[in-house]
Amino acid sequence: MATRHSRSAARIMMAPAVILLLGWMLVPLTMTLWFSFRKFLPLRGGDLGWAGLENYVRFVSSSSFWPSVQATLTIVGGVLVVTVILGVLLALLLDQPMWGQGMVRVLVIAPFFVMPTVSALVWKNMFMDPVNGILAHIWKFFGATPVEWLSQASMQSIILIVSWQWLPFATLILLTAVQSLDREQLEAAEMDGAPSLKRFWFIILPHLSRAITVVILIQTIFLLSIFAEIFVTTQGSFGTKTLTYLIFQRVLESQNVGLGSAGGVYAIILANIVALFLMRIVGRSLDA
Amino acid sequence: MGRIVIDQVSKSFGDVEVIPPLELLIEDGEFAVFVGPSGCGKSTLLRLIAGLEDVTGGKIEIDGQDMTSVPPAKRGLAMVFQSYALYPHMSVRKNIAFPLRMAGLDKEEQERRVAHAASVLNLSDYLDRRPGQLSGGQRQRVAIGRAIVREPAAFLFDEPLSNLDAALRVGMRLEISELHERLGTTMIYVTHDQVEAMTMADKIVVLNFGNIEQVGSPLELYREPRNVFVAGFIGSPRMNLIEGNEAARHDAHAIGIRPEHIAVSGSEGDWSGVVGVSEHLGSDTFFHVHDTGVAETITVRADGEVGFRHGDRVHLAPRQDAIHRFDAKGLRI
Ligand SMILES: Nc1ncnc2c1ncn2[C@@H]1O[C@H](COP(=O)(O)OP(=O)(O)OP(=O)(O)O)[C@@H](O)[C@H]1O
Ligand SMILES: [Mg+2]
Repeated sequence: MATRHSRSAARIMMAPAVILLLGWMLVPLTMTLWFSFRKFLPLRGGDLGWAGLENYVRFVSSSSFWPSVQATLTIVGGVLVVTVILGVLLALLLDQPMWGQGMVRVLVIAPFFVMPTVSALVWKNMFMDPVNGILAHIWKFFGATPVEWLSQASMQSIILIVSWQWLPFATLILLTAVQSLDREQLEAAEMDGAPSLKRFWFIILPHLSRAITVVILIQTIFLLSIFAEIFVTTQGSFGTKTLTYLIFQRVLESQNVGLGSAGGVYAIILANIVALFLMRIVGRSLDA
Repeated sequence: MGRIVIDQVSKSFGDVEVIPPLELLIEDGEFAVFVGPSGCGKSTLLRLIAGLEDVTGGKIEIDGQDMTSVPPAKRGLAMVFQSYALYPHMSVRKNIAFPLRMAGLDKEEQERRVAHAASVLNLSDYLDRRPGQLSGGQRQRVAIGRAIVREPAAFLFDEPLSNLDAALRVGMRLEISELHERLGTTMIYVTHDQVEAMTMADKIVVLNFGNIEQVGSPLELYREPRNVFVAGFIGSPRMNLIEGNEAARHDAHAIGIRPEHIAVSGSEGDWSGVVGVSEHLGSDTFFHVHDTGVAETITVRADGEVGFRHGDRVHLAPRQDAIHRFDAKGLRI
């Protein structure tokens, strides 16, 4: 798009898409902002007029606010760490020539196609159930008392479930990156005297940095708003109430749309802080 | 030091034998060039020496030590790859220092050796750039720099110049030859370009289907090719190979005569024919002569000023003492 003519043509062509997208974003955003300043109780009188900043003050001063921020960040951070580390290892493994490679790759990717609600239900009832779950049976087989996963290790369990869902995504992106690494670079490093661990550290990992950045950024966007996994498993109890879940409770359980909307605005702010923070740390590798 | 002995080394990929057992000796300080058509196993042989591939059979000795199952890093060899294989996320300085860093040399020694290599290769101004910000020739030099800092027993080059344009290739060819003179280290150089082989080598190894067809100095190969394959491969333009009656007159199955050993004139010569395409290089002109009755086309080299045109009838006089004779198996008589 070099000439002035082609640039303006491009602008006109892109306009419908841009307008549609803007509308898509702006309408819900404006509505959220609008409701957050109203006292709006659908079952107790409906829209009761201006509330000023009351919703905002109430939302933060609630005793569940900071724990919910903490829970959100813990889940996002935990899942990121697990998926990136395991994703890199799996990608390296899948890159090795082996028997039935195509089949194994399909199997590895499969969890991504399972709906979050379904996967959470499967984990909850088939694996983590303290009476009938597979894990409980294994524990009993070795003579140990079964763990009540969702109440005793609630956070870890949710991180496990969500990681299981997102690992395929990370693996897939990282696998394509591993495959694009020039073999001669590895051979050169081998001749230069780098044993396999150092080859991983000095050649493979830097090569993957861009893909890892992409995985982290995309996953963060989706993980900040996970909901189904919590709704199906712990319902926000045992310290797993994330910001999203808190908003859900305010709107649907307490029937307070105004308060929930204020929470939504806080969620937007939190997402932006996290995004900014991530860009600072990992975004640099995107320029290189 | 870098005396390399290849003893009955063979290599198969699955059922395909790419290199049948072969013998080769490369003396310390020698510049050996492996040359041959594409797919003949040059790279494979080089990679066997480097240790990047395992041999199927035989033994590789470097400086009297059996290196057959020693890992690549411990063989004391350095390799320059066709794609340069520079580390894209490291600066030129770090690229060159990488082998030293892996060897655990202290920082000062690393700095000193990198600075030395950079000055030898004219890279001092680029040390802080990334490989992506360099031209092809500069990248090539960085790759060579990374090889020389290790002070290896021998250098292995796999078609290092094939990604460069013609002018740069000639320049780098000289630089590598120069480097060899200065360092006096053994070098093994793979190419499919016979001009590179002729101009750089102390010893040329001509390979075909994994077999060594002939080993010798450039002039030996030029003067006395052992068989038809070598005769056709070495020398540019290619030697004219003539079979049939004309060969029988010389008691041979085939005879070969190089384009530069045939005189062309308007009046005298044993053969006569019609000029087809002529290639004018300025200093020389190559005529492709048809309808001679001895071979489909005969290529001759003449002085740049000789002015025959397309369709002219010319006479050709081969130099009798420069005719190579080959038997039915293609071997020199
Ligand atoms: N990893 C491999 N697996 C199977 N066959 C291989 C492998 N590497 C090389 N070959 C085969 O071995 C033969 C020699 O290959 P090699 O790369 O040594 O050729 P080369 O002489 O270097 O050719 P070029 O001039 O094109 O680089 C080829 O026929 C090739 O198909
Ligand atoms: Mg090759």
